[in-house]
Amino acid sequence: MKYIDEFRDKDIVKKLAQRIKRLKPQNINLMEVCGTHTMAIFRSGIKQILPQGVNIISGPGCPVCVTDQGDIDSMLKLAGIKNVISTSFGDMLRVPGTTSSLEKERAKGCDIRSVYSPLDSLEIARENKNKEVVFLAVGFETTSPAIASAVSDARENKLDNFSIYPCHKLIPPALEALLKAKELRLDGFICPGHVSSIIGSASYEFVASQHKIPCVISGFEPVDILESILMLLKQIREERAEVEIQYKRAVRPEGNPLARELLKDVFTTTEARWRGLGTIPESGLNLNSDFKKFNAKEKFDLTVKNPVRPGNCLCGQVLRGVKTPDQCGLFAKACTPENPYGPCMVSSEGTCAAWYKYNR
Amino acid sequence: MCLAIPVKVIKIKENSAQVNMAGVKRLVDVRFLEGLQVGDYILVHAGFAIEKIDEEQAKETLKLLEQIYYDE
Amino acid sequence: MARAWSLLKGPVPPGINTIVDMEERILLGHGSGGKLSHRLLKEVVFPCFSNPILDKADDAAIFDCKGRLAFTTDSFVVHPLFFPGGDIGKLAVCGTVNDLAVMAAKPLYLTAACIVEEGFEISLLKKVIRSMAEAAKLAGVEIIGGDFKVVEKNSCDGIFINTTGIGMVDAKVKVSGNNAKAGDAIIINGNIGEHGAAVMSARQDYKLETNIKSDCAALNHLIACILKTSSKVHVMRDPTRGGVATTLNEVALQSGVRIQVDEDSLPIPEAVKGVCELLGIDPLYMANEGKVLVFAPGSESKKILSAMRKNPLGKNSRIIGEVIKKDTPLVLLRTAIGSTRILDMLTGEQLPRIC
Repeated sequence: MKYIDEFRDKDIVKKLAQRIKRLKPQNINLMEVCGTHTMAIFRSGIKQILPQGVNIISGPGCPVCVTDQGDIDSMLKLAGIKNVISTSFGDMLRVPGTTSSLEKERAKGCDIRSVYSPLDSLEIARENKNKEVVFLAVGFETTSPAIASAVSDARENKLDNFSIYPCHKLIPPALEALLKAKELRLDGFICPGHVSSIIGSASYEFVASQHKIPCVISGFEPVDILESILMLLKQIREERAEVEIQYKRAVRPEGNPLARELLKDVFTTTEARWRGLGTIPESGLNLNSDFKKFNAKEKFDLTVKNPVRPGNCLCGQVLRGVKTPDQCGLFAKACTPENPYGPCMVSSEGTCAAWYKYNR
Repeated sequence: MCLAIPVKVIKIKENSAQVNMAGVKRLVDVRFLEGLQVGDYILVHAGFAIEKIDEEQAKETLKLLEQIYYDE
Repeated sequence: MARAWSLLKGPVPPGINTIVDMEERILLGHGSGGKLSHRLLKEVVFPCFSNPILDKADDAAIFDCKGRLAFTTDSFVVHPLFFPGGDIGKLAVCGTVNDLAVMAAKPLYLTAACIVEEGFEISLLKKVIRSMAEAAKLAGVEIIGGDFKVVEKNSCDGIFINTTGIGMVDAKVKVSGNNAKAGDAIIINGNIGEHGAAVMSARQDYKLETNIKSDCAALNHLIACILKTSSKVHVMRDPTRGGVATTLNEVALQSGVRIQVDEDSLPIPEAVKGVCELLGIDPLYMANEGKVLVFAPGSESKKILSAMRKNPLGKNSRIIGEVIKKDTPLVLLRTAIGSTRILDMLTGEQLPRIC
């Protein structure tokens, strides 16, 4: 597979690992903030070939995991409304809310379907004119252009029975919140490659210039991740703090201008509540007023009682990188992928799920 | 969820492209890319092309990495 | 999910020119046991499956059997009903034949119970029945009994099939999931993930166009060759739902052993990799319907491989791992970059109604 196989070359991987070892890193904390990076790192076994002095920490990179319990409960209320067909990406289905999950509600008879693309939801809306079709829009910047397109197409085609539950979040404000909290000493960020394909590199400048922390925008194959770690270590050694792009083949410094333009047309930034990080200003996306009738939050009454988060669940601290899953008393005992207490265990990109699957 | 993979464009019709990934074909929405041509490689996420693979940059990255490989 | 079946396009396949041919769809009456039922069985089912035991048309099949028996049952609800490389009928026969074969049993007889939805096209039913007959013939088994029920529209999705199989076990062969030993080589007879990828591609939800065909096949002849070549086979398993990863974990648990698999040695076709990359799925969790995992002492592996590769279903046979030692059950994967990580069982559902 072109542009994949070459970046999995084991000889280059070995050489990069040797180069990293030669820099003799001591006590370096690097954080990745993308669930796809979390999984890629575990699946390929990269941590094993890194020297002990490099510590890779997983941050709030899984959009399903950072969705607040209150939002999950609202989505469950939406799914239970008569004549509503709820659609979402697959890994939302098993996330536990206060009393139930989408999967459990489906078993009770609610029409809940997983889709590969938000355009599939539009098709379902076209084929079911007598029903309300809702897309649960959870994701980061990689996904928000796709959602924006679906909403924009719905308006153009006057698909009045389609709406979204806007729950998208933005990565740079989360980085800011993490840095302000000062819970961890962080020496560098492995920045998400595909988010950056959309937003470009300028969005991370404040991390380098204000907080003096190096950033490297990384691809997802083992060679990409190791090269990014090498670039970060070099910056640290040379006492530089810059935003560099390792994933040059897929990230332009300006990002994707067409995608960003559509995002501006369709969405406005708003404060958002993040599991584990609390409320962060300007960190979420809401539909702007032109698209009000495609906003499920406006269309339906989705108020819910105060959400109850499971006690002893350390998802919040795991998401901030302050604790690792094995430090949670529930991990692999009461909380397993079959019986998850929190989203970090059930999401296909959750840190706890990664630890359980590859590392216990 | 940032899973996106590089696929080859084999046909383009307005905002839609047929792509090929190791013999697997699918239609993809390409409204976010300009100047797309058959034979280009694009990154696909959730049914949308989010970026075109810069083949020159890819070659350069691989050249640099090969230097690392042949170094000593 | 869309319906598992849809109107067949094109001419109805050539068949017996009967009154049944003039009816297009299954009615509730076809499952009532009355005239319609009898006509359907007489004109569609019996001619396809015909054998001396079945043709007696008694309430139970009577046959003589001496020796140790293997007995198994499985139900098939695959969606869609027809997919590249097979259909629910072929799957229903091969699946049960394989469950017998991997226990070192010579498959003898099958029964087939069908539950069909009112309104199901009779031409599709004929196709399924013919597929079952063909698969049974290739496997060398006879379908000696069965049942046919019809449920109201929307009470089932097209057709569900249950097959039960009986076979004769060679008393000398002791093959079981709890029999894996340290030093065993783990051999597979060919490509991984084809059935899962073929079914996924056939579903409209993913809108994929591929040339992947399901590997659905009866493995009893291949397995007979393996057992003829070596009397020291410890475990055989067919990695169906949950894929190779789940089956290896099951054996690890049953035998109380640690297993290691080598990522570089896994035979995964490019197109299956393509489907998996596109959809974010691991091929090791994709279903297979024509594969067997053979655990045998390392010293036996060369001759077993040689025998397997002579068989059309084993051309791409290879060793994919080994049993390391008796230990807390675990399956490890040695990754392409040389590290080792856990290869867990499938959790949750990767794809519903895969077989």
